[in-house]
Amino acid sequence: MLALVAAALASAWFSLDTGSASVSLLDALREPDAVSAQIIWQLRIPRAAAAFVTGALLGVAGALMQVLLRNPLADPYVLGVSGGASVGALLALMAGATTAVLQSSAFGGALLSTLAVFSLAHGRGSWDTTRLLLTGVVLAAGWGALISLLLAISPAAQIQGMLFWLMGDLSYAQMPVAGGAVLALVAVAALLLASSLNLLAGGELHAAALGVAVGKLRATIYILGSLATAMAVTQAGNIGFVGLIAPHMLRLAGARDYRVLIPGVILLGGTLLLLADAMSRTLVAPRQLPVGVVTALLGVPLFLYLLYRSRDNRNG
Amino acid sequence: MAEPHSAPPLLRCVDLSVQIADVVVTRNLQLSIEAGQCWCILGRNGVGKTTLLHTLAGLRTARSGSIALNGRALAAYKRRSLARQLGILFQNHEDPFPATVLESVLQGRHPHLRAWQWESAEDNAIARQALAQFGLEAFAGRNVQTLSGGERQRVALATLLAQDTQLLLLDEPSNHLDLHQRLEALGRLVSFCRANNKALVMVLHDINLAARFADHALLVLGDGETRHGRQSDILDTGILERLYGHPLVRLDTPGGPAWLPR
Repeated sequence: MLALVAAALASAWFSLDTGSASVSLLDALREPDAVSAQIIWQLRIPRAAAAFVTGALLGVAGALMQVLLRNPLADPYVLGVSGGASVGALLALMAGATTAVLQSSAFGGALLSTLAVFSLAHGRGSWDTTRLLLTGVVLAAGWGALISLLLAISPAAQIQGMLFWLMGDLSYAQMPVAGGAVLALVAVAALLLASSLNLLAGGELHAAALGVAVGKLRATIYILGSLATAMAVTQAGNIGFVGLIAPHMLRLAGARDYRVLIPGVILLGGTLLLLADAMSRTLVAPRQLPVGVVTALLGVPLFLYLLYRSRDNRNG
Repeated sequence: MAEPHSAPPLLRCVDLSVQIADVVVTRNLQLSIEAGQCWCILGRNGVGKTTLLHTLAGLRTARSGSIALNGRALAAYKRRSLARQLGILFQNHEDPFPATVLESVLQGRHPHLRAWQWESAEDNAIARQALAQFGLEAFAGRNVQTLSGGERQRVALATLLAQDTQLLLLDEPSNHLDLHQRLEALGRLVSFCRANNKALVMVLHDINLAARFADHALLVLGDGETRHGRQSDILDTGILERLYGHPLVRLDTPGGPAWLPR
């Protein structure tokens, strides 16, 4: 855990210290009124904060969705939240809306999708995991078709912006006030639920038999996970991968207990995205790469390495 | 029985009718389970034994009738306080994510902890004792996903023991266990519960294990019909042949009666 805090601080420094303009953090601290300091305060800090908060939201949402569906392959987007957000965002981009409208539209789409899955999965029967997963996945496929349709009928000039958004993009990012508030709420709630999450991982009956009010817990996890995902997508588009691998990286490192895993994914998810964003701004500066692409390019080898090294699973 | 008549039984079912889909499991069952007793539930596949056990555990609601634990209706308990008094072993165990054997057994302590509280040294000691009861001391650090079926079943038994409840309900505890472990693990469990005045209710498929370990029996005959009472009064060749629809032969062994299929 200390190593994770250190990594988060180091990557924050790295992120603030690098960029297309060669401005260092130390200079900015020495001369707070210079143009260079303005770059740090007004551009890099909000963006770094947005990257960290988004990554943390995705990490915690991934951990929550994995335990809700008891499926290690689940990620924050598995139940279609991002699809709804994407359709909302693309519609706003087509209309040439401002960033604020774009974000509200994306958030609205995410909420709509969340509510649709929640009420349709209830149906007339009980709320079981397979039904929830199927409802979410099918709805996500529907959103996917709408996204393709919107891309197909959009004017060429707008397509690149749309693709950037779909791949995850922090260049619209502002100081993540709402995101920070949602992160704080979700983090506190998830920490309070952490010991029950440990039990739910072993199955709903198992958790109920050990004293967990499963129905309430399930609904709470779903709401928290969806809210975190909706906020993350709203801030930065579809950034894949962080939500899937951050919990698994910690599990491979030996953190299986959700009381450790929850604070862990917040730090690790945030750190991963902070690093990926810093790299996306600097690798081919002054051009910027979509941060979602960098996340995957960074995360895939790292994750495969951890998985490869952990082949000796017998000793936990 | 030394119990005074005024004390309510540990578990009492009054007019209990349990049904799942079209299968009537029990009809107006009157059943009292006292502390220190060991019950077996016998019946054919699909007759509703698991459903009945889940109902007794408060995990599903009965069609009619009432169940009281220590004189208080099951439905009136909060899940967590119920889990301090009543534990259940399921037929199947899900392990989608890695966890060590010790972590898994420590989950049995959950109902005794507050939401933000970590397991104490005492909880750890209880979990390790439970592991020792089933010969699993050396497995504490192993990932549960790598265990054999029988080892995993013993981990689940140890988890139930660590929960330290007065009533233990077990759905086919002999599942996956080899001949030696059936006798060893069940024997340890039964003698531990007798020594600590805990009550056991086990769904079993092996009449001879039931005859060996249980002092009371509940036979689920189908269509809501049940028989129950002291094991020695209930288990006889005629009713067992009817129960399973298969001819049996009774052998009298030094360890008591045993039945073989003809």
